[in-house]
Amino acid sequence: MANSNRPLSPHLQVYRPQWTMMLSILHRITGVALGLGTLLLAWWLVAAATGPDAFATAQKIVGSIPGRFVLLGFTFSLFYHLANGIRHLFWDVGVGFELKAAQKSGWFALVLAVVLTIASWYVGYAMRGQV
Amino acid sequence: MTLKSPLGQARGMGSARKGADLWWLQRVTAVALIPLSIWLMASLVSLTGADHARFTEWVASPINAVALLLAISTSFYHFKVGMDVVIEDYVHSEGIKIASLLFTTFATVLVGAVCAFAVLKLAL
Repeated sequence: MANSNRPLSPHLQVYRPQWTMMLSILHRITGVALGLGTLLLAWWLVAAATGPDAFATAQKIVGSIPGRFVLLGFTFSLFYHLANGIRHLFWDVGVGFELKAAQKSGWFALVLAVVLTIASWYVGYAMRGQV
Repeated sequence: MTLKSPLGQARGMGSARKGADLWWLQRVTAVALIPLSIWLMASLVSLTGADHARFTEWVASPINAVALLLAISTSFYHFKVGMDVVIEDYVHSEGIKIASLLFTTFATVLVGAVCAFAVLKLAL
């Protein structure tokens, strides 16, 4: 190496965890999770296209306790990725880059995602008459 | 005129003036997905516990069928572009990286086609 004293980008492991960094990682994790979640959506659509029996089985599995946990994760992932994605779009046009603003908008995205997740599930349960 | 070597261009490495295209398309699909994903979540919630007849009736409505097809194509493309970036960031072995990128592309197109076929079968 010509100059081994060059400053190098520190490895993630020695970085002090920061709020904005955690949110950035969560954006990626929820993005990948949503991709995997579309497999579930595909299976659900195929079940519907196959016929009433296959759809009833799919609905039963999705409505089971483990199925509901997966759906809950999907719901939160979508709302977080949506809210944080809008935050990214603001950054793309140069708005909200200041540290304070970025930290604040991060909180806003996370809280919004949690609120929308709870609201969706509340409505879902209400529709089944279980609230 | 280009200063890139033919090999460099063929492998899509470095600046082939395509980087900004993908960056832009990721944003275009992101903007399109704001209304589409809100619509999809609202629809899924409204379909809680739906039986086959009700679900089929919902998909068969032209607006829902078209919106579903748009949501599927847009989100799958958005996923592919995003996933490519994640793979390029974390997979450093050239062979595994190219294999992963190919797999993501094929899997995304396959699942997308399956979803689209299911929607069309239900709607038509």
